[in-house]
Order: sequence, then C-alpha cells, then structure tokens
Amino acid sequence: MQRRKLAESIIYCLLFLCGSLSIFVTTGIVIALGIEALGFFEHVSLWEFLFDTEWTPLFSIKRFGIAPLVAGTLLTSAIALIIALPLGLLVAVYLGEFASEPLRRVLRPILELLAGIPTIVYGYFALLFVTPLLQTLFPELPGFNALSPGLVMGFMILPMVASLSEDALYSVPQGLKEAAYAMGCTRLQMVFKVLIPSALGGITAAFILAMSRAVGETMIVAIAAGQQPNLTLDPTSPVETMTAYIVQISLGDTPHGTLEYRTIFAVGLMLFLITLLLNSVSFMIRNRYRNA
Amino acid sequence: MQPAQAAPMYADSSSEAAPIERAKWPISDLIFQVCALLAILLALSVIIALLFDIFSDGFHRLSWDFLTSFPSRFAAKAGIYSALVGSFCLMLLTIVFSLPLGVGAAIYLEEYAPKNRWTALLELNLANLAGVPSIIYGILALQIFVRWLDFDRSLLSGALALTLLILPVIIIASREAIRTVPRTLREASLALGATQWQTIWTQVLPVALPGIMTGCILAFSRAIGETAPLITIGALTYVAFLPDGLFSSFTALPIQAYNWVSRPQEAFHANAAAAMVVLLIILLSMNAFAILLRVKYQKRTR
Repeated sequence: MQRRKLAESIIYCLLFLCGSLSIFVTTGIVIALGIEALGFFEHVSLWEFLFDTEWTPLFSIKRFGIAPLVAGTLLTSAIALIIALPLGLLVAVYLGEFASEPLRRVLRPILELLAGIPTIVYGYFALLFVTPLLQTLFPELPGFNALSPGLVMGFMILPMVASLSEDALYSVPQGLKEAAYAMGCTRLQMVFKVLIPSALGGITAAFILAMSRAVGETMIVAIAAGQQPNLTLDPTSPVETMTAYIVQISLGDTPHGTLEYRTIFAVGLMLFLITLLLNSVSFMIRNRYRNA
Repeated sequence: MQPAQAAPMYADSSSEAAPIERAKWPISDLIFQVCALLAILLALSVIIALLFDIFSDGFHRLSWDFLTSFPSRFAAKAGIYSALVGSFCLMLLTIVFSLPLGVGAAIYLEEYAPKNRWTALLELNLANLAGVPSIIYGILALQIFVRWLDFDRSLLSGALALTLLILPVIIIASREAIRTVPRTLREASLALGATQWQTIWTQVLPVALPGIMTGCILAFSRAIGETAPLITIGALTYVAFLPDGLFSSFTALPIQAYNWVSRPQEAFHANAAAAMVVLLIILLSMNAFAILLRVKYQKRTR
C-alpha cells in the first residue's frame, strides 16, 4: 500500500512537470530573446530602434529603425486579412447554416487540406505562379512584392478563420435562432441580426488570432516579398517583414556575437511581444465570452 | 437542421406576414449562397492551381535517382537523399520527445490540475504558446540548444526545436480526446479500488488513444513541413552525407527546397518543386491516415 502511494506521487510529480513545461518554454523564450536584445540595446537606443525610419544594419552606415520591417509586416498581413476575414466568415456562415450535411462533410476536409500545406510550398506558389500571374495584369509589378505573398497568405489562413468562426457561430444557443425565425426573420436576417451579433466575441477572437498568425508567418514572405526594408504602404513594392529579416540573417554569414547578429534577437523580441499581445487579447475575449 | 425546417414553414405561413419581404427572401438568400459558394470555389481553385503548379513543375524531375542522390552544384544531378533521411530522423526524434511530454501534460491538465491560479496561468500560457510564430521557437532553440547547451547545429537541436513548436498543439489535441472519455468510466474504476493512475492508464488512455493519435499525427505532419525554425538554428542546406548520430549536422526536405527556390536558375526551381511533391505526398498520406483514424473512431463510439 505504501509503495503504491509512493508510485502515485512520483507519477503525479512527473505529470506536474510535463504540465508546467510550457511555463519553462515561455520563460526560456523571454530569457533567450531578452539577454541578447539587452546587449543590442546597449549599443542602440530604444528611441532609435522604435522611431528611426531606416533599417540598414548590414550597410556601412548602420541605422536601426525597425519601422520599415514593421511596415512590411503590417502590409503583407493587412492584404492577407482583407482576403481571409470576410471570406472565412462567409464560409463559416455558409457551412454552419446553409450547406447540407453531405456537402459539409466534403468541404471541411478540403479546407483543412488548405491549412495543412507547408508554408514553403505556398511561398514557391506565390513567387513562381501568383507573381507572374499578377504581372500579366500589372506589367510593371516587380518580381518581389507585398501583394502576391499577402494574397497567398490570405488563402492559407482562411481555413483557420472559417473553422474558429464556425465554432463561435455554433455556440450560439439554438433557442435564439428559433426565436428569430418565430419573429418572422428570413434566414439572412437571422444570420446578420441574431447569429453574428451574438457570436461577435468568438468571431473577434478568431480574427485577432488570424492577425497574429499573419504577423508571424515566415516562409511565404521570405520567399516572395523580397529582402528590402521599405517604409511604404504600397502593395506593389518589395518589402521585408520582421520574420523575413530573421531568415535573411540566419542564412547569411554574419558572425555570432556581433551587433548585426544581435539584431535578430531585438527583432524577434518585438515580434514575440506583438504576437503575445494579440494572442492574449484573443484568449481573454474568448474566455469572457464563454463565461458570459 | 433547424433553419432548413424553418424555411418551408415561413414560405407556407399565412398572408399576415409582410408580402414584400416574403417575395424578396429567396432572391437575397440565393445571392448570399452564390457568394459563399464562389468564395469556396475560389479557395478550391487556389488548392488546385497550387497542386497543379507544383506537380507540373516538379513531376518530371521525380525519379529513383532524384530520391537517392545527394545535392549537387548541377541541378540535373542533384537529389534529396540526405534531405529525405534527415527529415525522417528529425521526425522520429520529434515523436520520441514530444509524445510523452505532450500527453503527460494533457493528462495533468485534464485529470489532476486543481482549479487555481497556477492552472489558470498554465491555460493562458498554453493558448499563447500555440500562437507563437514558429520562427521564435527557432531563435529559442538557437540560443538554448545550439549555443548554451552546445548541441551545435545538430539533429538533436532541430528535433528539440520542432518538439517545442508542436508541444502546445499535441497538448491541446490530447486534452480534447481525454475530455471525451465519459466520467462514469473513471468513477466505476475508482469505485472498484483502482488508484487514479491505474484508472488513467487502464481506462481513460485506451479510450482516448485514437483521438490522441489523430491530433498527434496532424501535429507531426505540421512539424515535417516546418522550415523557419530549422533555418534559424542554422541547419545546413548542402549536406552530402547521411546523419550518423544525434549530434550530426543534417538537412531536411523543406530546407533543401527553400535553398533551391532561392536560386535564380530555373532548373533548380524544378528540383524544388520535385522536393515539394515528395513532401506533399508524405504529408497528405499522414493527414489521410489521421482522417481515416478519426472516421473509424467516430463510428466505433456511436
């Protein structure tokens, strides 16, 4: 009996450690990024980092303003979200309220497939299929641009938006929908005046999560958006995102421990903080909405 | 479901309903449905265009030689042997590391964790980690495994990076599977005098296993296509030997493909496409297996 109790507590301890591992991972991320970023900020002031308008750490005249990288990230993400949010919600409403059961059963796995394709394949597709396609429409479009990876990224995150929004719509009580029909609502009126407003919390949470996903997406933009930090909101110009910059330095021959090398930790920290903020807001909205 | 029944009811309702609305309804409804179907069609055409593009670019390069040759400066001679073996070893190690840790964490959170602040923090943290960009895990692995622990740019570092990346996914999927196991099963087992762990090991886990496996396979298929964290830890792109141990340097399919994409020559693009075809075939068969498992499992429980 005593031995069994001992075994139980050992197992409990092991499982507790597994469960708490995620905290260590987060702490690890903060420490790993923080230490090197601190080294970076000893040489570059936070003010310059945030408000300078040029990012040229690899040139002879070094400027460390992250604004161009943030602008590139925002630009590609915005294009992706313009595609993914409305289409994703539309698909969610259709699958949840309009589609027949057999159609639903066929469409869902296909959408899942879209989400399961590796991002490197999307990057190839953006660079060597979508960009040439867009160039036949706009001949002056450069080979690297924000538009093509943005569009492709939109279709990559569409299934995620659709499935999270569908969960949100599904959690609306059946009674509310029936009440709307009983009041003489048409199906569309029910969707726009009852269903979507009641599921707004969950839908917002899904949208924010999609935003975080777009901001952190790496390979598509690293391949197809270019490697020129441009402070611009013009979708046809080549841009460099925060993630693409990290890839560029990781592949280059910048020696470890130099200031240039430390930039990836400063940029990584910035990226981590942005996605942390978005993820936390999304989580809180979802939680509050579930408890309400 | 309900709306489908409600629609004819409305159409049949008495003349007291506003006649204008009644006449309008089918048209706007139809327009909405057409829009939704167009959106789905657009997404479908993206998948088809993507698959067609990759296959038409890469299929002619696929051959036994391509699978069993090392990379080369000459596009026509290059192959993916080291990348294929590298990906395989990476996956094996990742499974070995992430499965016990992930399932253990899921068991703790579902079966043991008390409702307190620490657990609430774990939940928030887990939701956050699931949304951390993969490249951040790469930087974490670079700093901790490659530099502090001095594992260098080895298979071990790569596998640990991928493990951290998919751990949240595995935990979340396993928790959902464990949650579907009926309470009564646990209560019956505990009532017969089994300890909590005996209950979990002999009753809960066997029932939850298919669900856990489905989630895990999907997570592994995500890991096998991940490029960014491996690039950040500095996996090499030109490796003309097979890994011979945990600390051997390595390359992997997505890294090799990225290297070929970023070259200007078209012949290398064809190689990249061919490598992606191989990657997609591996991935799709893993996904198909997971879906089959799910379908079979759903039938059994009903």
